[in-house]
Amino acid sequence: MRPEQQGVEVAVLVSVGRHPITGRARRADQDARGLELALGLERQLPGSRVSLLHAGPRGEESEAALRGYLGMGLESLTLLEQAEGSDAIPALAEHLAAAPPQLVITGARAERGEGSGLLPYALAERLGWPLVNGLAAVEKVENGVATLLQALPRGQRRRLKVRLPAIVSVDGAAPVARQSAFGPARRAELEATSVPAEPDRELAEWRLAPARKRPKRLKIVKAASARDRFKAAAAKAEGGSGQVLEGVSAEQGAEAILKLLKEEGVLR
Amino acid sequence: MLETLLPILIFAALGLAVIGAWRRVRLWRQGRPSAVPLLKGLAAMPRRYLVDLHHVVGRDKVMSNTHVATAGGFVAAAVLMILVHGLGLAQGVLGWLLLAASATMFVGSLFVARRRRNPPARLSKGPWMRLPKSLMAFSLSVFAITLPAVGLLPADFGHWLLALLLAAVVVWGLGEMVFGMTWGGPMKHAFAGALHLAFHRRAERFGEGNRSTGLKALDLDDEAAPLGVEKPADFTWNQLLGFDACVQCGRCEAVCPAFAAGQPLNPKKLIQDMVVGLAGGSDANYAGSPYPGKPVGEHHGTPHGPIVAREGKALVDAETLWSCTTCRACVEECPMMIEHVDAIVDMRRHLTLERGQTPNKGAEVLDNLIATDNPGGFDPGARLHWAADLNLPLMADVKQAEVLLWLGDGAFDMRNQRTLRALVKVLRAAEVEFAVLGNEERDSGDVARRLGDEATFQSLAKRNIATLAQYRFQRIVTCDPHSFHVLGNEYGELGGQYEVRHHSTFIAELFEAGRLAFAPWKGGNVTYHDPCYLGRYNGEYEAPRNVLKALGIEVKEMERSGFRSRCCGGGGGAPITDIPGERRIPDMRMNDVKETGAELVAVGCPQCTAMLEGVVDATAEVRDIAELVADALVARPAAGATHRPQAEEVI
Repeated sequence: MRPEQQGVEVAVLVSVGRHPITGRARRADQDARGLELALGLERQLPGSRVSLLHAGPRGEESEAALRGYLGMGLESLTLLEQAEGSDAIPALAEHLAAAPPQLVITGARAERGEGSGLLPYALAERLGWPLVNGLAAVEKVENGVATLLQALPRGQRRRLKVRLPAIVSVDGAAPVARQSAFGPARRAELEATSVPAEPDRELAEWRLAPARKRPKRLKIVKAASARDRFKAAAAKAEGGSGQVLEGVSAEQGAEAILKLLKEEGVLR
Repeated sequence: MLETLLPILIFAALGLAVIGAWRRVRLWRQGRPSAVPLLKGLAAMPRRYLVDLHHVVGRDKVMSNTHVATAGGFVAAAVLMILVHGLGLAQGVLGWLLLAASATMFVGSLFVARRRRNPPARLSKGPWMRLPKSLMAFSLSVFAITLPAVGLLPADFGHWLLALLLAAVVVWGLGEMVFGMTWGGPMKHAFAGALHLAFHRRAERFGEGNRSTGLKALDLDDEAAPLGVEKPADFTWNQLLGFDACVQCGRCEAVCPAFAAGQPLNPKKLIQDMVVGLAGGSDANYAGSPYPGKPVGEHHGTPHGPIVAREGKALVDAETLWSCTTCRACVEECPMMIEHVDAIVDMRRHLTLERGQTPNKGAEVLDNLIATDNPGGFDPGARLHWAADLNLPLMADVKQAEVLLWLGDGAFDMRNQRTLRALVKVLRAAEVEFAVLGNEERDSGDVARRLGDEATFQSLAKRNIATLAQYRFQRIVTCDPHSFHVLGNEYGELGGQYEVRHHSTFIAELFEAGRLAFAPWKGGNVTYHDPCYLGRYNGEYEAPRNVLKALGIEVKEMERSGFRSRCCGGGGGAPITDIPGERRIPDMRMNDVKETGAELVAVGCPQCTAMLEGVVDATAEVRDIAELVADALVARPAAGATHRPQAEEVI
């Protein structure tokens, strides 16, 4: 281990997940991957410290789900207790700004609630920190600069240097989370602190409906040989008929989108 | 000279033995407390030894008689020797009895020596190779020193050199048989074994026809109680005592499917490693077959050190524990009544519950069980899709039925769905009033428990018990022996008492009652594979054979059948943890089938079906008993058919 490599303070933001089939609360897959990344970092850089942070209401179901993260080998989780339907971003931003960690890791998208995937961006904006999405690995941390590996589509990787503190979000490209063990999960502590509830007014105005399956463009492969089929499967998505609109007004943009949706048969 | 020397030697040996015994007892007492009735256990010990233990030993007649002669001769000779030579009560019949006892023991030791000439691979060598000589030394020297005592030889017979030589042999014999008994020699098995029988953790398994095979529940409400076994001292004291009783006969090794497949498990070595752990040290002195692929001498442990190291090596490697299929063949064969499977699951519990180290697909399966109540992660609402056209009565609708048909997780498996459909056809043909739980059913928890996840098991079990409590039924019938075992033998501790029948038992009963009629069998040769969880776990060997007989099938038995049946490799989560070996267990089992020349192997378990059907280039077809019965169904003779009037006929 080189001397300039030193431990980092990592905060992992975790949410209460939702099983895709049964809808039961669980540790969210991407957040758990984020924690796995952090635990790997702890191993790689001795002296690193990993803390867990969750903002949300406390209930039996959510507590069981949060303990799923603790079962991966942590002793405590900081719970910013809020009423149902509160906006988590101000609470998280305030908590992180009060004692800033060097690295904040979060999943790209929550499994319940809005699930818009905007939290990392909103948080980065508020804190004024850089954000890297789709993280695959943290290669090293030297003199306050982290070398990160970002996952791009089709297995490509991009190496980035980011000055800390920074926020990174992980998706399916990050390492798979380790098993959560019952004993450590049961023993670990939830350190709950009440934070002023800031009701999410926008959310309250929304009308929520169950998601429908997104229409998927059928891929017509006209291939005569196995080689062609392989090429078609491995090829990059081609823009082909797409067009880039620049310097158009919002109405023109909307019209273009509407036209495309009608062409594709999404809207009738 | 000998007259003065003998009492000194005898009482010195006895004194040292008492000290050794005290030290040994202290080693066992490192374990956790376990409440067993001490006096009642001691009182029951002779019967457990003479009946239960010898029932197992008696499977090998020569060895059984050898042991009776040697051990019986030794016990009698030792007691009489103390009286005759220790206390000088040589008068009368005692001396003659001592001569007879030592002679019997000598004859026995000759047979022991004969077995040790070309010992089978399963026997441990090392100090065990000197045991027949020690037995002879003891019996011969006791015989010789008793000759003058009964007056067959003059008291001053022979030279003093001869007396000295004899004294040396006496010392050898006493050293091995009395001193060695409590100081860790081969004779330790007699001392520890006797106490192990007395204080056995499963007292209920003793007695004719009794068995006790359900795993014991962990107390999850007590947060201070350890979750499984991390270090040897986490076992209960009588488990440690049980390990110490091992006589290293290797019968377990000979029947272990994982050992035969070249996976890194040998039940005998595992028990010996636990002995190493309880005393502290390395396994370098172990003189039997090693774990396949793992040289002896690299592992070491202490009573309070971890059994499985987090990094590097400790007493046992994790893959050894995960190789076990929990088929119980070792427990069935063990003449010392040692509970290998309990110990393995105890150690697995620690690995899963404390460390989160269930290998391979283990973590995924457990996550699925938690999130979807089935190991495959299928939609729990799809549990009855296979029966969409069968119009099965649901318990939620009918509230009560004579029979609750437990489907098991095989309901998600297309192969097992054929079995289930066949079973439903049979039940309908016999006009059984039955209902299913449908989507209310969950996994029984068998796999979770055997993967060490007691928490998930208890969660599933408690919810299943709550569901079952809402309905009235006389018995549960299932085609899955694993569910059968768990519902019948393991839910009781959590508050669910049910009468459970395997479908083969139930079909046999239906046939007996004349509710089924079969067309004669026209197929070829058939053999039957006993599922471990039906046979060894629940003692049901007859009913499946009776059903096959009723079908007109003459079963061509495999060499290993009945209580010696070889596992298919599908139990204990073994297909999930998938520890590599040199061969596959189901391949070996299909070879057993091939040797009988059978074209069809009848099974009674979805796991066995899956494992045996997975064998490439198999010579036999795999069919569940329910399928064979369903295929052979014919309308019952008129007398039976008319006994239930149709509702429409009532005017």
